[in-house]
Amino acid sequence: MFAKVSSSLSRAAFALLLLPLAGCQQYDLLDPKGPIGVEEKGLILQSLGYMLLVVIPVILLTLWFAWRYRASNTNATYAPKWAHSTKIEAIVWIIPCIIVGILGVLIWRTSHTLDPYRPLDSQVKPVRVDVVSLNWKWLFIYPDYGVASVNQLAIPTGTPINFRLTSESIMNSFFIPRLGTQVYTMAGMQTKLHLIADEPGTYRGMSASFSGPGFADMHFNTLAMDGQAFKQWIAKAHQSTVSLDPQTYAALTKPSRKDPVTIYGNVTPHLFKNIVDTFMAPMAPKKPSTALNHAEDTHVASAQNVGDNR
Amino acid sequence: MFGKLTLDAVPWHEPIIMGTGVVVVLGGILVLSLITYFKKWGYLWSEWFTSVDHKKIGVMYFAFGFVMLLRGFADAIMMRTQQAIAANGHAGFLPPHHYDQIFTAHGVIMIFFVAMPFILGLMNAVVPLQIGARDVAFPFLNSLGFWLSVAGGILIMCSMWIGDFAAAGWVGYPPLTELGYSPTVGMDYYIWALQISGLGTTLAGVNFVATIMKMRAPSMKLMDMPVFTWTALVTNILIVAIFPILTATLAMLAADRYLGMHFFTNELGGNAMMYINLIWVWGHPEVYVLILPCFGVFSEVIATFSGKPLFGYKSMVYATCAIGLMAFLVWLHHFFTMGSGANVNAFFGIMTSIISIPTGVKLFNWLFTMYRGRVRYHTPTLWTIGFMVTFAVGGMSGVLLAVPGADFVLHNSLFLVAHFHNVIIGGVVFGCLAGMNFWFPKVFGFKLNEFWGKISFWCWFVGYWLAFTPLYILGLMGMTRRMNHYDVAAWHPYLIVALIGAAIIGMGIFTNIIQLAISVRDREKNRDVTGDPWNARSLEWGTSSPAPFYNFAHIPNITSLEQHWDDKENGRVGQVTEPYTDIHMPKNTSVGVIMSAFGFILSFALVWHMWAVALIGLVGIIGTFIARTYNRDVDYYVPAAEVERIEKEHLAALQLKVSNA
Amino acid sequence: MNAPLYPSAFEPVEEIDLEHDSHDDGSTTTLGFWLYLMSDCLIFASLFATFGVLEHNYAGGPTGREIFDLPYVAVETLLLLVSSFTFGVAAYGMHHNRKNMVLGWLAVTFVLGLGFVGMEVREFAHLIADGTGPDRSAFLSSYFTLVGTHGLHVSAGLLWLAVMMHQTWHFGLDGTVRRRLTCLSMFWHFLDLVWVCVFTFVYLRGVL
Repeated sequence: MFAKVSSSLSRAAFALLLLPLAGCQQYDLLDPKGPIGVEEKGLILQSLGYMLLVVIPVILLTLWFAWRYRASNTNATYAPKWAHSTKIEAIVWIIPCIIVGILGVLIWRTSHTLDPYRPLDSQVKPVRVDVVSLNWKWLFIYPDYGVASVNQLAIPTGTPINFRLTSESIMNSFFIPRLGTQVYTMAGMQTKLHLIADEPGTYRGMSASFSGPGFADMHFNTLAMDGQAFKQWIAKAHQSTVSLDPQTYAALTKPSRKDPVTIYGNVTPHLFKNIVDTFMAPMAPKKPSTALNHAEDTHVASAQNVGDNR
Repeated sequence: MFGKLTLDAVPWHEPIIMGTGVVVVLGGILVLSLITYFKKWGYLWSEWFTSVDHKKIGVMYFAFGFVMLLRGFADAIMMRTQQAIAANGHAGFLPPHHYDQIFTAHGVIMIFFVAMPFILGLMNAVVPLQIGARDVAFPFLNSLGFWLSVAGGILIMCSMWIGDFAAAGWVGYPPLTELGYSPTVGMDYYIWALQISGLGTTLAGVNFVATIMKMRAPSMKLMDMPVFTWTALVTNILIVAIFPILTATLAMLAADRYLGMHFFTNELGGNAMMYINLIWVWGHPEVYVLILPCFGVFSEVIATFSGKPLFGYKSMVYATCAIGLMAFLVWLHHFFTMGSGANVNAFFGIMTSIISIPTGVKLFNWLFTMYRGRVRYHTPTLWTIGFMVTFAVGGMSGVLLAVPGADFVLHNSLFLVAHFHNVIIGGVVFGCLAGMNFWFPKVFGFKLNEFWGKISFWCWFVGYWLAFTPLYILGLMGMTRRMNHYDVAAWHPYLIVALIGAAIIGMGIFTNIIQLAISVRDREKNRDVTGDPWNARSLEWGTSSPAPFYNFAHIPNITSLEQHWDDKENGRVGQVTEPYTDIHMPKNTSVGVIMSAFGFILSFALVWHMWAVALIGLVGIIGTFIARTYNRDVDYYVPAAEVERIEKEHLAALQLKVSNA
Repeated sequence: MNAPLYPSAFEPVEEIDLEHDSHDDGSTTTLGFWLYLMSDCLIFASLFATFGVLEHNYAGGPTGREIFDLPYVAVETLLLLVSSFTFGVAAYGMHHNRKNMVLGWLAVTFVLGLGFVGMEVREFAHLIADGTGPDRSAFLSSYFTLVGTHGLHVSAGLLWLAVMMHQTWHFGLDGTVRRRLTCLSMFWHFLDLVWVCVFTFVYLRGVL
């Protein structure tokens, strides 16, 4: 019963939202390509549906009362002293309470089912991907395969992807709108995220949390492909002669923008863990200041050398 | 002596900034020479700048807010233009570092230097009148608080031409805001501008809580207070409770940047998440600080223009208090995606949606105030009805964002940007403009022009919807906030529509200014001699317009929740039953201006590491304050005869009006 | 609503100030000052919370156990507690209108407070000289800031004390001076209270 009402509600809300929009291919959140995104889309529409049950009447009543009781309409009843009605007061407290009660149940349930830390139920063995946000590019390490890539994420469809995420320095948010949930990446900390892509395709991924002047270019393509294609991608990656070791990683940490896609055929083991631990080491070295403002952006000439003034 | 400050700090080669600079300098010279030409300096100084009259301070807060609104809006239109151009490989006209400063400045200015001055201005102008007081509890602190805010505003304006401003978003998350990643003085401008104006706001908060608790007419019980005063009370309690947290948080960030500490750094054990928690423990209640007084304004306006008492006064009061309390239990919804765990997220999500209950009740109560009323369509009425429609949608999108599962994809997106503009424009700006139109005659003695007021409303209303509906949609299209440029062609048309909307809002602001100018020109035509131009209900309408500097010749005797309405019904208006007595009033003082000037010197010097100058500023502040404590000549008595003369003038005008009618 | 805002210890001195009738009488000032103290309390609360989060982030630097000298801090604590008592005696003198008693005991309070600040400065100077300054680790940052903020408050209190001693001498114990002394005594006791928390949560817990 609950589900039936909610599904028809969602459909109504959906139709309402999309009336002015032809099709929804470009509305990433309304055209998800994985179960997490699908559930989140449903959740958005369902919550909207419940709330519209109150919001639409409130707006209509506002306009109606405002019109009906306009001063020039002397036909309307005028009750100049009427300012209290226990019945109405009870109703106006109870209605929002009911809606919020329903939403509360929904929130409690979906906060758990959609918890980004919760491993996904699937027969398929998950693929692990370690994500590092750098200024301003994304590094994806595949610990199961010993390969890595910059600014391109390849994933097999129908397979849970277990992400571990961290940041080299500045906080970012890892987000592929078509697949669902975003999660923050933070230096010295490791966050987790679990996603699945259902359909092959190229999905835009990006940082959703502002991280400095190169932020707008900090996006990547997610290549979702079937298992066979993914195997080939891995095999091809292995052929890459570039390897990701402490030296090449150090080069990556230099701020840069619009970095081309790079595939690393070989990755130093435990690199991800070492990145997370950089700041946890008991005597973490003080990092040299990395002024983010590129010469062409900053209008403060003196800005270049103030970073190391202490 | 000059610390880091050199001539290179001025962005000589930035045409946009220098162009604005030239305009501001020319405009400034024009205004200053006009003041000099008309010999108004003495008047401004003795009647306004050094005034401790709460009504004048309220007006100055509003004027300050308006000036800063122009700056904040200039930032907004530049952002919208940039995003309308910078599609598909175009870089736009703002390089990232400039664009990043603009969106940071826009947020900071609109919240701290537009919205806060507006609500503090309204509370200053109205609260003492509504509670039958002759002034606030601490008139000198009131003046000091205002001038400290101005010092913060000037500091932010300085950052435009001397050095740069913060480029890390309006809440300044570390580690981006740490010295290593933001080495310029921009973040320091941010820190000290907020510290100095935050101090002013805290003083205002203390002042108004004390005023409302202790300065009410003796016969006014708490449940006799008009709803606007109630909302002001809760807002100021919130201010006293949260601004110290902001002060402490920014002080710790400053300690990181100035003393090499490690509160929020990546290195040596710092924890940026602590900052993010603390800033939102301040930040979320702050939005209620802004919106609650506006709820109060709408309550007063809707009751007055419906010709009925506010429906469900007690519900309103309880709802206000409930919102004030729960404001502290929701901050984590600003970062559901930080990996807090399902139980924590669910708790904060549910708490946030519970806050919408009292807010919903308020909406219903305004509705039922109109029900069986006689709604008169004046400018404040339009703002109020426009608010009810707009805010219902904004509240809904807010609750949607409080659902953690939905927030996982909507967080940091333009949907979020649309949401908070929906509630801040639709709630706070509409509320402040409604309040300005409503109480203007009480402060100045004449009404604002209704024609231009209504045009202004329609521009704001249409402009808001045109500017932010596309942003809601763009959020659903997966566009995140703060993008300097983008290469998704499908986003482009929506951003062009948004720019048009912003331009229409700009026309709204422009027509606000026209409205003010025309109203001043036609002031004799729109004069209000009755003191009650709207046939209103609460106490402040019982005194003359403009209210005399002592507010009430006799401390009112409270017999009703709607005192002025009750007086009208029982024929008590204009009846003088007691002899006039001497009135005790505070004297004007320049100490607030001087201390704030030293405060400005101190903060500017700190920004540029000019330690000797900073010391001068600090010693100046403390020295001026101590000197003031030795001044025993801080108050005076208005003789009863003078009170009688002023009151008789008002009564004569009133009788003339009655006999003419 | 307003009932808890007037702890009996801070009874306003209304009757003294009758000539300043409706405006800024003693009780409004004490309420205002009490509100200010509450806001100050929240600054300390924020610093305590931050200390609580960062107190184990030694980053390879020293722990509390290694750097805190409990007996030394106990003497500091004693100075401050006794100064609260001596201020109380001064307040007693104020209520009995004995100007010289007030001046004398305020002077004693001042000396004790100065001793406290001096000991704290010496403690800080030693730590910084040993390379364990506030820039060494997050723990030390939060420790120095929390304790230092309290120290700054006491220093501001000392300045205020000096001014009030001069004003008492200069103006006598009139309404305004009494009102200000009442506020200062609230401030002083408040700092004492904060120090008890600092001593317990920072020093005792750090060492034990």
